[in-house]
Amino acid sequence: MAKKNQSKSLWDAKIVRRALLDSVMKLDPRTMMKNPVMFVVEVGSVVTTILLVKDALGHQAHLGFNLQITLWLWFTVLFANFAEAMAEGRGKAQADSLRRAKSETMAHRILASGKIEQVASTQLRSGDIVTVTAGEFIPADGEVIEGVASVDESAITGESAPVIRESGGDRSAVTGGTRVLSDCIKVKVTSNPGETFLDRMIALVEGAERQKTPNEIALNILLAGLTIIFLLAVVTLQPFAVYSQSPQTVFVLVSLLVCLIPTTIGGLLSAIGIAGMDRLVQHNVLAMSGRAVEAAGDVNTLLLDKTGTITLGNRQASRFVPAPGVPEQELADAAQLSSLADETPEGRSIVVLAKEKYNLRGRELSTHQTEFIPFTAQTRMSGVNLNGFQIRKGSVDAIERYVTENGHPFPPEVRAVVEEVSRAGSTPLVVAERSRGALGVIELKDIVKGGIRERFEHLRAMGIRTVMITGDNPLTAAAIAREAGVDDFLAQATPKDKMDLIRKEQGQGKLVAMTGDGTNDAPALAQADVGVAMNTGTQAAKEAGNMVDLDSNPTKLIEVVEIGKQLLMTRGALTTFSIANDVAKYFAILPAMFAATFPVLNALNIMHLKTPQSAVLSAVIFNALIIIALIPLALRGVRYRPVGAAILLRQNLLIYGVGGVIVPFLGIKAIDMLITSVGLA
Amino acid sequence: MKKNLLISILMTVVTTVLFGLIYPLVVTGLAQLIFPDKANGQLVHRNGAVVGSRIIGQPFNGPKYFHSRPSAAGNGYDAGASSGSNLGPTSSKLVQRVKDSVAQLQAENPGRPIPVDLVTTSGSGLDPHISPDSAEFQVPRVARERGLSEAAVRAAVTRHTEGLQFGVLGAPRVNVLELNLDLDSLGTKQAELNQN
Amino acid sequence: MTGNGWLQIAILFLLVLAVTKPLGLFMARVFNREKTFLDRILRPLERLIYRLTGVDEGREMRWTEYAVSMLLFSVVSMVVLYVIQRVQGYLPWNPQKLAGVPPALAFNTAASFSTNTNWQAYVPETTMSYFTQMAGLAYHNFFSAAAGIALAIAFIRGIARRQAETLGNFWVDMTRASLWVLLPFCLVGSLVLVSQGVVQNFRAYDTVQLVEPQQVPHLNADGTAAVGPDGKPVMDTIAQQTIAQGPVASQEIIKEFGTNGGGFFNANSAHPFENPTPFTNLIEIFCIFAISAGLVYTLGHMTGSLAHGWAVWAAMAFLFLAGVTVTYWSEARGNPLLAGVNQQASATHPGGNMEGKEVRFGVANSALFATATTDTSCGAVNAMHDSFTPLGGLVPLVNIMLGEVIFGGVGSGMYGMLVFVVLSVFIAGLMVGRTPEYLGKKIESYDVKMAMLSLLIFPLIILTLAAISVVSSSFGTSSIANAGPHGLSEILYAFTSAAGNNGSAFAGINANTNWYNIALGFNTLIGRFLVVIPVLAIAGNLARKKYVAPSLGTFPVTTPLFSALLVSVILIVGALTFFPVLSLGPILEHLLMHAGTTF
Repeated sequence: MAKKNQSKSLWDAKIVRRALLDSVMKLDPRTMMKNPVMFVVEVGSVVTTILLVKDALGHQAHLGFNLQITLWLWFTVLFANFAEAMAEGRGKAQADSLRRAKSETMAHRILASGKIEQVASTQLRSGDIVTVTAGEFIPADGEVIEGVASVDESAITGESAPVIRESGGDRSAVTGGTRVLSDCIKVKVTSNPGETFLDRMIALVEGAERQKTPNEIALNILLAGLTIIFLLAVVTLQPFAVYSQSPQTVFVLVSLLVCLIPTTIGGLLSAIGIAGMDRLVQHNVLAMSGRAVEAAGDVNTLLLDKTGTITLGNRQASRFVPAPGVPEQELADAAQLSSLADETPEGRSIVVLAKEKYNLRGRELSTHQTEFIPFTAQTRMSGVNLNGFQIRKGSVDAIERYVTENGHPFPPEVRAVVEEVSRAGSTPLVVAERSRGALGVIELKDIVKGGIRERFEHLRAMGIRTVMITGDNPLTAAAIAREAGVDDFLAQATPKDKMDLIRKEQGQGKLVAMTGDGTNDAPALAQADVGVAMNTGTQAAKEAGNMVDLDSNPTKLIEVVEIGKQLLMTRGALTTFSIANDVAKYFAILPAMFAATFPVLNALNIMHLKTPQSAVLSAVIFNALIIIALIPLALRGVRYRPVGAAILLRQNLLIYGVGGVIVPFLGIKAIDMLITSVGLA
Repeated sequence: MKKNLLISILMTVVTTVLFGLIYPLVVTGLAQLIFPDKANGQLVHRNGAVVGSRIIGQPFNGPKYFHSRPSAAGNGYDAGASSGSNLGPTSSKLVQRVKDSVAQLQAENPGRPIPVDLVTTSGSGLDPHISPDSAEFQVPRVARERGLSEAAVRAAVTRHTEGLQFGVLGAPRVNVLELNLDLDSLGTKQAELNQN
Repeated sequence: MTGNGWLQIAILFLLVLAVTKPLGLFMARVFNREKTFLDRILRPLERLIYRLTGVDEGREMRWTEYAVSMLLFSVVSMVVLYVIQRVQGYLPWNPQKLAGVPPALAFNTAASFSTNTNWQAYVPETTMSYFTQMAGLAYHNFFSAAAGIALAIAFIRGIARRQAETLGNFWVDMTRASLWVLLPFCLVGSLVLVSQGVVQNFRAYDTVQLVEPQQVPHLNADGTAAVGPDGKPVMDTIAQQTIAQGPVASQEIIKEFGTNGGGFFNANSAHPFENPTPFTNLIEIFCIFAISAGLVYTLGHMTGSLAHGWAVWAAMAFLFLAGVTVTYWSEARGNPLLAGVNQQASATHPGGNMEGKEVRFGVANSALFATATTDTSCGAVNAMHDSFTPLGGLVPLVNIMLGEVIFGGVGSGMYGMLVFVVLSVFIAGLMVGRTPEYLGKKIESYDVKMAMLSLLIFPLIILTLAAISVVSSSFGTSSIANAGPHGLSEILYAFTSAAGNNGSAFAGINANTNWYNIALGFNTLIGRFLVVIPVLAIAGNLARKKYVAPSLGTFPVTTPLFSALLVSVILIVGALTFFPVLSLGPILEHLLMHAGTTF
């Protein structure tokens, strides 16, 4: 679906056609009731329609005026429905293409007996094991438990380059509806029919079961309250008018009511919410709830893993610095040996550097005399036991402990080198051999991603503090932090440290966002207020987070935060605009209502509207048209600039508050001139 | 709920005794002790009889007296039923009443602007004061009726004119009752002088 | 308008500014139960009260119990006041031998005084005995105010506390408010008033011989002038003046200090025995504002954001100055319908619209008093609002319609304002793209719901009851004294004043009828208690919430921009609700007056 470069025009003809039809369907009062503001307008429209029919039969005066009012009231409802339908339209189009991916496939289920049976993908249950070979679609979400395959995930991510999925590690998750391009994998199904990632995506983009977000609910209450207040003001106006010997017609009273209640925001509110989610989808982010999107706008602290986010994933070995009395060649040799089994990019770069600098070729080591010691978060070192030699490489603390435990002093020269390397922002790895002590230092150069600094400045201006999480020692971390421009860092972090940091920040009343992909990250992703899991990550991570980034781009959080903020801002701005509009409407309608009895009240007709009828009609027309005029804004969202809340508020108050007072004066006057010149009133 | 209801009842009783009885009695005791004249309404005695309170206005309509402002309290200056007219600004009753007063005053002192306080009722209906302009407006008539020089009457007015309190507060004003009592005693003195 | 007029307004304003911090700090100490210089005397008295009433002063209450306690106390003390009025004929200190008050009127008065409204449908001089005035009415002046202060403090605690279930103890807060805040000030203040001429005695009404006995037309029972058999009008001779007396000063001071407003006399603070000099007038206006202004500082102090307190204060000050300017300007312009009258102010002449105003106060002080008494829920008057020019009368009316949040009633102004603050913060929060938060507390749908509920009640009871009255000639419009738009204003003002617990009136309306006594009585009850309950619910909900740390992205509630936003929200909500009816009342009357129309 969502191709990244795809920018469907706001007024795509197909979407508009569908929306036009939907806006009529949405007139069903059961649907309308969910939106109290527009429901009041619909009721008003029905009332005037009934009266209009009665009048038409009884040949009453002002039929033309009453007819126009009634029509425009209906238009008001339809325009609001149209806005919602437009917002849904795009999602619906996307859902359609997703459904195509969901088309039923056959799966090869492996039974307990080892036999393989053909079943429809819809019959798969969580826990089933299936085998998928090249050219087949993966029938359901699951985890690769055996094999490696390249998978085309473009149906989900829009990215056409195939990705590698393999058992174990952090790239084991596969999504139903994607296609295996090569090889064969065994997949353990992790979802039941109807609950798959694809299903959730479809529901999400379609907005079918859109839950109102907390702020939206609160705003709805505010709008309902205002509607009741205006209902009171208008209903009681009739007795006051009777006292003043100028009773009003129902048409005029309903017009006043509809103009006063916040129809602009009421009509656009759900469109704003749907469009916000849609914008996220455009950015290839799937939010599991609207709540999470709103929370993103509130984030105070952003935790970012250094590797892959702030720096390029692979650190490169750039230098060997031997300990006193150790030849450089020997250090390089030991370093290479210890890294042979190290499949990380860093490990490979050590092997490569040793080869390039000292022409040391990688050796095939027979496994029976060689024992590779893998890296663990607890020992924080790895290495190899070979022919009685025990070579280790790892962080300075770990190696120092290893060296001293084996009865060697840790040379101060090595420590000096470590510090020098760290200060430069590179990562020092110390190499040691059990019987000889420390051999020297490998410098791993960390390369900070281009443009990352600006992104952090952007975040800072939004009021978000960035914290870099790294396993590096504090010196290295500080250097990188400085270079990348993050506000703070957590060095030598274990998963538990990360968790503690989140809890601490939350304890201070802060909202924390983080990205993660590994199974390790799952608890932290769940604990964070906004947890964005990478689509490349494990199933556990994806389930723990409340958003999934299909591009697996950790800095995507910035866009997510902006979209969250935009969502709220658009609602706030249009609410302000809607209420500010009322001032002008009063000045249009009130003098029109009472000027016949009290010509002095024409002093309030500051727009000099032609006739009482034209004044009322102009206000109603303006009120309806403004909904249409603001649909693009509602769908696009109010522009967010990271300039601090006070400045932002001042700007928005000026544009939508002060502007909201002024615009309708101009608009109503213009409409009045137009309709009186063509003789409509 | 039950406990709080009991507290409510007891609290009402205890605090009523304290704030509803003891407090006003203490204040009364202290007031009567320290400011006996002020606390009792600054009553004015003449020839042994109480003829008014220094700060409560009285009606005067006779030509010899400086007139008070019109009053809406009872039949006029009823200090047992203080009240304003409560006529709105567009009330035809108000407009007519002022029109009548204006006609009367213009006849008495043609060509002079009529001070607004002389034709409007006060909020209490007991306003003891008129503005210096309103007093000045009446000086010629009172002087004529009493056979006094305008200067003498003006001097009496000045004696009973209060300026701004502390030099800033309120508005300048003339105490009508005190002024008229003063004029009466002046008249008595004059009569005594004439007799001698 | 004169320079001296503005100077007097400025003096009052500066006095209010000056008292804000010391009084606010003092109240914070009182309600935080910290040491004050009055403890030596008041602490034993406080303990005695708790012992006698069984209050456990260490006990904290949830918002529900706090609300229930407040309601119970109000109901009980209201019933007591009702009974006192009904049986005053058998009670002491009744030198005029006034009989028991009729039921509807007694209900109206009891409702009105227990809600801090002090609407007076009666003429006190001929209705209420000294005992009723002291033990009934003045007592409620103290305790409706003390309860209001307690409620405001509970709300402030709701904002200040984090993850707490309770808001304090209503009995302790109310007792401390009455003992520490109200009583000492009133003891001193009442004596200052006496020194200026406010009476304080238990004398029977004095009868004095008029210096010049008056001839007045004898009125028939139907109010027409009687004509004798000779065709000449029958005249009565009035040779005496009855001067009402009483324990006035002790009630006068709390009437303003507790923003109660119920006059000892019918003419309220226009009466020379209630407000004899310009100095007492200044004291009274100052008292109207003092506690409410101080409470704003208390808010800042207790929530740890003094700057926020001052930002709210600034919004209030702006609205106050705007109101007084309009009223003063309009009253000083005078009434164009009064032909041939000099309405030009000078050093020896008040000028302006003097109908219903006292010479010693002049136009500026009357405009100032009217603004102050309706900015707050006081309702005392030193001039008759009914006789104000249409725009001069519009300001008091609008002030009450805005919810009396311009400093506001003691306590009620504070929590009323905080409802607007919650709404402002909500809209501002959305506009800067964050879930709205107020001093570290997120504003969520429950808070918005309760805020809207408490806002809704106001237009509901004002507009519906006024609407019923204006179209009912038998019981509604029959009571009004002025025809045309002014009559509409009179009815509107009555229901607004009752709902807002103000108590001032466009007094031409005869509100002592069964319809008005009962409808207005219920209005005062609903206007107080149905507004308070949602407000306490917000407080309870806020107290429970976790603290949210502010960031650059948080909209600051301490800036002039915030004050401006708050002012706009108050004006827009109030104006949009009431503009239609106002346009048929005062605004129409203003336009008609300048067009030369009378009714």
